[in-house]
Amino acid sequence: MTYSPHTDSDRARMLEEIGVSSVEELFADIPAAVRAGAWDIPPPLAEQEVRAELVRLAGRNRIPDVSFLGAGAYRHLVPAVVSEVIGRPEFSTSYTPYQPEVSQGTLQSIYEFQSLICELTGMEVATASHYDGATATAEAALMACRLTRRHRVAVSAGVSPDYRRVLETYCSGPGVEVITVPIDLADGGSGTTDPATVAALLADDVACLVAAQPNFYGQVEPMRELADAAHGAGALFVAVVEPTSLAILEAPGEYGADLVAAEGQPLGIPVSFGGPYVGLMAARMASVRQMPGRLVGATRDVQGRRGYVLTLQAREQHIRREKAASNICTNQALMALAAAAYLTAVGPQGLREVAELGTTQARHLAAALEASGVAERRFSGPYFAEVAVRVPDAARRHATLAERGIVAGHLPGREEPALADTLLLATTELTTDADIERLVSALEETR
Amino acid sequence: MSVAEAPERQDASGRGAAWSGAAGGGELTIVEPLIFERSRATRRGVRFPTPSVTASERGAGQPELPASALRKQPPRLPEVTELDMLRHFNRLAHLNQAIDLNFYPLGSCTMKYNPKVNEWAARLPGLAESHPLDPEALSQGSLELMWLLAELLKEISGFPAISLQPAAGAHGELTGLLMARAFHAANGEGGQRTKVLVPDSAHGTNPATATMVGYQAVTIRSNDRGGIDLAALRAALGPDVAALMITNPSTLGIFEVQIDQVVAAVREAGAISYMDGANLNAILGRFRPGEAGFDVMHFNLHKTFSTPHGGGGPGAGPVGVGERLAPFLPKPLPVLAEGDATEVRRNAWVGRSTPGARFALDADRPQSIGKVRSCYGNFGMFVRAYTYIRSNGDSGLHGISDDAVLAANYLRMRLHDVYDLPYDRISKHEVVFSGRRQKREHGVSTLDIAKAILDHGIHPPTIYFPLIVEEALMVEPTETESLETLDHFVGVMREIAEQAATDPDAIRRAPIRTPVGRLDEAAAARRPDLRYPFGADNGADAPPGTPTPKAPTA
Repeated sequence: MTYSPHTDSDRARMLEEIGVSSVEELFADIPAAVRAGAWDIPPPLAEQEVRAELVRLAGRNRIPDVSFLGAGAYRHLVPAVVSEVIGRPEFSTSYTPYQPEVSQGTLQSIYEFQSLICELTGMEVATASHYDGATATAEAALMACRLTRRHRVAVSAGVSPDYRRVLETYCSGPGVEVITVPIDLADGGSGTTDPATVAALLADDVACLVAAQPNFYGQVEPMRELADAAHGAGALFVAVVEPTSLAILEAPGEYGADLVAAEGQPLGIPVSFGGPYVGLMAARMASVRQMPGRLVGATRDVQGRRGYVLTLQAREQHIRREKAASNICTNQALMALAAAAYLTAVGPQGLREVAELGTTQARHLAAALEASGVAERRFSGPYFAEVAVRVPDAARRHATLAERGIVAGHLPGREEPALADTLLLATTELTTDADIERLVSALEETR
Repeated sequence: MSVAEAPERQDASGRGAAWSGAAGGGELTIVEPLIFERSRATRRGVRFPTPSVTASERGAGQPELPASALRKQPPRLPEVTELDMLRHFNRLAHLNQAIDLNFYPLGSCTMKYNPKVNEWAARLPGLAESHPLDPEALSQGSLELMWLLAELLKEISGFPAISLQPAAGAHGELTGLLMARAFHAANGEGGQRTKVLVPDSAHGTNPATATMVGYQAVTIRSNDRGGIDLAALRAALGPDVAALMITNPSTLGIFEVQIDQVVAAVREAGAISYMDGANLNAILGRFRPGEAGFDVMHFNLHKTFSTPHGGGGPGAGPVGVGERLAPFLPKPLPVLAEGDATEVRRNAWVGRSTPGARFALDADRPQSIGKVRSCYGNFGMFVRAYTYIRSNGDSGLHGISDDAVLAANYLRMRLHDVYDLPYDRISKHEVVFSGRRQKREHGVSTLDIAKAILDHGIHPPTIYFPLIVEEALMVEPTETESLETLDHFVGVMREIAEQAATDPDAIRRAPIRTPVGRLDEAAAARRPDLRYPFGADNGADAPPGTPTPKAPTA
């Protein structure tokens, strides 16, 4: 086989030691009735052959020349130094740090990751990571149910449809009901969640309100008022945030979030057709024992030297089994490392530049579209780095532009019929003025 | 570089060697501060372009971000140069043990060589820069790759349908039990089937998953041969049982010899049979769970198919299902929307695209349990696993299991005279020893033995698991370790067993050659320190007046 180290004489020696004459005998315990039949797997490929196959598949994708697509996954600069760090085999080819004496690299980097996420979110404790933003959100909602001993969850329609679908799936098992709080989808409306609606909808059996900042449509939500409305009903407030935005938008810990969930992909992770990404979760220390997932803590070794260990493991499946806070085991450690390396590489000033460039280009884009008369903003009120615009015949023009190598954002009408003829356009620091000009003229040409 | 005198002299084979050479004959070891402690105000790393005109000029007429939504204090991220950052993480890397450095026989985790061509493939710009929501016409390569991987996993597992969406093994378990739940509900038995049977040798994720899905986990004892107790299973099966979750080969590294009867009994009772595929590495080409009648199994791409473990993820936990669970698979599914499947496969196996073939995402699945993750799964892991399966091919996949099983049995025979073997049977991918003799006779625990192994530069086996083995040492050598490596490990294990008798105190003091010694885990849990404290004023802490929920005491 391709990566086997054994010579014929090695195999002969091993078989002799075991006392069997062939490897077949080592599989004699598989009942004859259920032994595998034939399969249709192609023959092995040499490295140059397998490379050619992967180049073929990569070539069947067309990476657009210009893209305004976001809707939960964002093309940002991945600094070369971040790729370098996560390519280190000491990080990538180790596993969960069960033996802390030979895992301090992983453990210290996770402790730093937790610290960075606390700093960004203004929260007191962050986990070592979750699968992605959607599952982190679902786990946060279930955690709110455990904390409040309530069994309904309210989620704003401004939270990503993908996240809401995952939340519904996670809640279906334990029978937690999900209620959706509408947002103002009227033409020229706010596109946000109304705190008064929340107050009216939240009965005393709702564990939490989940809302996103910025929301799926890029709009800036009144998070403090939403938190107050949730707390007024005795519910917790779960903030779903975009991490680069926290360089300029208020930290959830400051507006009263009890739990924070986020997709960490914008922090140095390629879009990679949807994964691997990294889910972020943060909370207050008072609720740490109900948190799902790994946590790393600082301690001392026998000689008094600083070191790091997996801690508070009495929450976890390998100790608590059926009483665990979650079944999560393997998470996204290498992607958490990417996020930590990214935040370290860009620093507070760099992250601010990323956030400001993204929001500046979004404003430039919206102004240019409106000035040319090809589109107008779908909602009123402030937005961050993604903007919904009304464009007649949006689906057809989106398809036509795609053929020209321009992805005119996302079509939210597919999930939300009220938003037919809407394009959701995302900008980042990688969006150039020329990109904006190209989109505007392409939309003009397809008018 | 921050350095400190090593507590003990390290020889050329130790990890300190890379940093040796200090004056005076002492050795250098790495003591790397937290990145926050390296921060100096205004120092910078990566820079971004400066906009040519100001934000307000560009966005004329656009609404301003309201002051109430703006952050008052910038986050205290470290302020360092790129070089500071790179050295910091490179030094941390030096503190890790890893497959690429040495033997890592961590049982149940399949720590095999992770081929580098897989990494090359995952970083191809045409794949890494493919956006999950790009129009399907622009994403045909990504979709074809997912479809082809699913086709290969079908062949390997014998299941007719696959979802790649779950992000890890435990996530696959969640997906599997949610499908079992949906299946029973569709049959009008949702209310009555409330229990999930789990053998006492199971991974902790199995019972934890049952709880997450709202089921009650019921433990089934193993028999004295380490297999499932068929009589106990039959007694537990009834109209209230939703599913059996079974790991095969088991966590004892033993094939379930009555597996056909187990599957038949579960089906007869109207329950779903779930196979935890964590140990698939032992049975490629030998046993196909779908063919044997299982309803559902998760794969661990990071185990069997060599995607890197990443210090604890990302993994990928696709599920295969039989006909009766197929309607409930998560959505969307990558499908071949136009074209002949056989032709597309034949062409792909010789590196050709099929003219006219079109791939799509099928979300029109009314009985689906929904989504378990955003997008379609850990795509980067799919690229690696596909590359690996194609590299190995038919003969290579067979060879993987042959050599993995050969290595585990070899270690069993070389060590069973010094470490107890509670279940002395043919091993599959791993062998579970017990350190009970060392504990009883010399007061040396399995934890002590593991720490002594660390001083030899080898990562220890999994310890204290499975729970049914006293002082368990679970050794999974994998197929990629040479006979010299296996023999070296045997030598180390025999030396430690001997030292346990002659100098047990030395083993109880281990490790002495690692970057840190034994760490105080009790103190870490008693006074949790989970983030950098930033001195006395924790400015980012909760503002006064924020309601803090009371956590139920665990």
